[in-house]
Amino acid sequence: MQTQFVIFIFLALATLVGAASVALSRNIFWSAMGLLSSLVGVGGMYVLLSADFIAITQVLVYIGGVLVLIIFAVMLTSHIQDINVSNRSMGLAGGFLVFWVVATLLCFVALWTPWKITVVPPVEGTTAAIGNGLLGKWLLPFEIASVVLVATMVGAIVVARKEVKE
Amino acid sequence: MEHAAAHAATELTPLVTHAASYLWLIPFFPLVGAFINATLGVRLQRRFGKGLVHSIGIGAMAMSFIVACAAFVQLVGLDSEHRFLQDTLWNIFTAGKVTVDLGFALDPLSMMMTLIITFIGMLIHVFSTGYMADEPSYWRFFAYLNLFVFSMLLLVMGDNFVLMFFGWEGVGLCSYLLIAFWYTDPQKAAAGMKAFVTNRFGDFGFILGLFLLFWALGGVWQKAPDGKLTYVENDPHAETALAAAHGEGHDAEYVKIGPTLNFRELRDQVVIKSTGVAEKLKSQKMFGFGLLAMVGILFFVGAMGKSAQLPLHVWLPDAMAGPTPVSALIHAATMVTAGVYMVARLNFIFALSPTAMGWVAFIGALTALFAASIGFFQYDIKKVLAYSTVSQLGFMFIGVGVGAYWAGAYHLLTHAFFKATLFLGSGSVILGCHHEQDMRKMGGLGKLMPVTKWTYLIACWAIAGFPWASGFYSKDEILWKAFSQEGMAFLGIAAPHLGQIIYFMGIVAATGTSFYMFRSYYMTFTGEYRGGHGHADGHADGHGHGNDAHGHAHVPHESPRSITLVLVALATGAVLAAVIGVPMAWTGHAPLLEQWLEPTLPAVVLFAEYAHSTEFLFQFIGVSAGVIGWAFARALYKDNKSQVPAQLLSRWKGAWNVVYNKYFVDELYQATVLRGSVGLARGLSWFDKHIIDAMVNLAGAVTRIFANIDGAIDRYLVDGAVNFVAGATLSAGRVMRRVQTGRIQTYLYGALVGAIALVLFNFLIR
Amino acid sequence: MALTLNHFLVIGALLFGFGLLAVVTRRNAVAVLMGIELILNAANLNLVAFGRYVAGNISGQVFSLFVIVLAAAEAAVGLAIILAIYQMLRNIDTSQATTLKE
Repeated sequence: MQTQFVIFIFLALATLVGAASVALSRNIFWSAMGLLSSLVGVGGMYVLLSADFIAITQVLVYIGGVLVLIIFAVMLTSHIQDINVSNRSMGLAGGFLVFWVVATLLCFVALWTPWKITVVPPVEGTTAAIGNGLLGKWLLPFEIASVVLVATMVGAIVVARKEVKE
Repeated sequence: MEHAAAHAATELTPLVTHAASYLWLIPFFPLVGAFINATLGVRLQRRFGKGLVHSIGIGAMAMSFIVACAAFVQLVGLDSEHRFLQDTLWNIFTAGKVTVDLGFALDPLSMMMTLIITFIGMLIHVFSTGYMADEPSYWRFFAYLNLFVFSMLLLVMGDNFVLMFFGWEGVGLCSYLLIAFWYTDPQKAAAGMKAFVTNRFGDFGFILGLFLLFWALGGVWQKAPDGKLTYVENDPHAETALAAAHGEGHDAEYVKIGPTLNFRELRDQVVIKSTGVAEKLKSQKMFGFGLLAMVGILFFVGAMGKSAQLPLHVWLPDAMAGPTPVSALIHAATMVTAGVYMVARLNFIFALSPTAMGWVAFIGALTALFAASIGFFQYDIKKVLAYSTVSQLGFMFIGVGVGAYWAGAYHLLTHAFFKATLFLGSGSVILGCHHEQDMRKMGGLGKLMPVTKWTYLIACWAIAGFPWASGFYSKDEILWKAFSQEGMAFLGIAAPHLGQIIYFMGIVAATGTSFYMFRSYYMTFTGEYRGGHGHADGHADGHGHGNDAHGHAHVPHESPRSITLVLVALATGAVLAAVIGVPMAWTGHAPLLEQWLEPTLPAVVLFAEYAHSTEFLFQFIGVSAGVIGWAFARALYKDNKSQVPAQLLSRWKGAWNVVYNKYFVDELYQATVLRGSVGLARGLSWFDKHIIDAMVNLAGAVTRIFANIDGAIDRYLVDGAVNFVAGATLSAGRVMRRVQTGRIQTYLYGALVGAIALVLFNFLIR
Repeated sequence: MALTLNHFLVIGALLFGFGLLAVVTRRNAVAVLMGIELILNAANLNLVAFGRYVAGNISGQVFSLFVIVLAAAEAAVGLAIILAIYQMLRNIDTSQATTLKE
């Protein structure tokens, strides 16, 4: 157990530092790297929670898809020349206030509520279980999610295309 | 004097009237003539010439005269007690006790006046065609003349006070219009105004007297003591009883008792003893003075104004500024006699008050003397005649004052004829001398204008009171009655010798009359013609009458036919009028005129009884007075050879000056009344300008202040409030708008804060 | 020390806070999107933690799977919109894209 805890600390550090970098860094590129670090950290934590399929999905989809997309966007829209001051923030004071209030609230709720901790051991082979579940119990959300994905694809294409001049 | 006894014997009854529905035509014709000439006269004259204009005027007069003659014939045909023609057209208004009808009545007195007015009026219209021949406003003159005749006829034919007053004022107006006929001359216009204003003073007294009389007659309808001759409302039995008591089917069955404006009703009330009204009036006193005396004096004030008695005589000499026909008609024959007519009409009221009688007679005598003295020294021929008129009017008032009403009326008639003759004769003379009126520039006209001379002489004979001319009979009767009147009072104190005093004043005045009339005759018609060189009248229009063979030689010649025929007619009338007034002492019968007028003069006046021989004596004294006057005039003025007038003048210059300047009466009035009026007017004007206008301006200023305050309130408070609201909304909006930043994060902020708040709220409450 | 639910929940909370901070304060629109990803991740973490320690089955994981899917979709659309705005405004500063401003 000790090693889990140490690994947890490392992962937590990576997540939180990355998140802080996303929120506070002046450089958009570093924010993107911070996000990477965060995502990786969270993926690691999934592993600690015996959610192996989710961890891999996280890496594949989030880091491999979303993050890459974001970096594309960053590259396309930020003036790399003045990358040093490409990511300014506004109203940090109010933001911090909100941060502290929300975080405190959530922590308080989390720590004060008497959660009913189960003694059931975690499921082995979550991939198969999830696969079965998607086609069994959670078929409807699965189908709807696929529809949403189609809509998203079409929408993104429509929104981002250049106007065709006749 | 037997008449008094005869009167006492018969019981007087209410007047019986006869309907004569054509009476309204008599004043109607002159009114129509005036209207046509006034509205269309200019155009008619321009298109058809003056002939049409004067034809309309004379035609109207002629028709009126014919209808008047017809009424006369009807009146003569009636019984002497029942001579009363009545024509009531409609009721003008009724207000409480006051009832005013448009009604005309002809009784012997007004019949006489109507005949005088229409006949002499017609003759004077004819005269005017010659005299005013070169007057451009010919149509206006005839319109005014007709209007005057209409008003005068209203005055004498009106059956109530209101109509009479309407005519009274109307003749005043026409007198003004005619005196100031040549109004472009300021002196003439001023003369017209003087006449009008002086008349108004008189009218004021008249109205006051009328009010007083009306009020004195009582405020309620009352029963007569014996219940026989009474007007009782809504009592059919009384009406039938009255009808039975009289039997004849004429109009007057009952007597109205109470305030009335109708002459007949007034006469009935006062004259019939059994009504008790006369007794009541005699005993009434106001502020210690007898009411009837005041009424009489106030009415006489009206007569003073209209008939130019002292002290309101000042307008008549100035009125000579008008054309001569006007002087003849208005200021000799008709208007000025309205006062005499009025007193004669109200004889029964005057007879009840010795004070009023004495007052009227005394003022008349004083005026006669006063005016005669002024006439001695005047040089303008018309002024002499004017003062003569004033003097003769004084005689008339002596007559009606002492109670010899028929004598006063008779003198009115004779005076109308001879004074008209004199005026028209002077008009002829003036015309012949190229509008020269100063007698010192005349003379010797007897050879040049024979007809004028003879008619003038006849008129002088009449006015001087020589026998066989009418003036003798009338003047003699007046003075005789004055002497025998012992019942008069002076201001409430019985004065039995007042009559004799008046007689002596009258005799002196008669002497004076004869003197100045013959003076004017001798100066004008005898001797050599003194005019014709350098009299400065710039009359470029010359003569209009046809036989102007001598263009440049200023030798006078006889006037045209239209003038001379009228003169002859009037002079004849002056002589013939004697016939109706021959006294009883000569013939044994009462004079014709006295008999004629008897029903209208029911006043019982007592005169002292004297024998016939005394009467002859007095007549002789009267004639002597005339002869003395004539002798002096002849000695001093015949052929203008005598130096005596000049010598007397230089010796008595001071006295002469006073008399020549009319005793400075006009100057006295100027200094007192006129200055007073003007000063009062100025004072009131100052008051109006500084006090009343100041008040008005103050009101205006206050209003303005209030308006300013209101404006300020509106601007600062009301608008301020409104603007404040707007401003506040604007500021609030400006602040609120900042929420809409357009940035998504801001909106997110808001949502977050709200969510957190909700959660916290929930959390903490639990 | 053994790992309990609380550890993960705290991490999730802090992650959520950071993500919120990024969304609310950042002027670069892509950074805002990144913040949104953080938030979603925080939620995912909580879900999985609860699934492991409270539910005892894989429901938490399935839920978080769907969240990941939708997060990817939403990131795609969001970035497409950002690109469109960039074409119009030539920059992606959120304080410039304020045509909804009064």
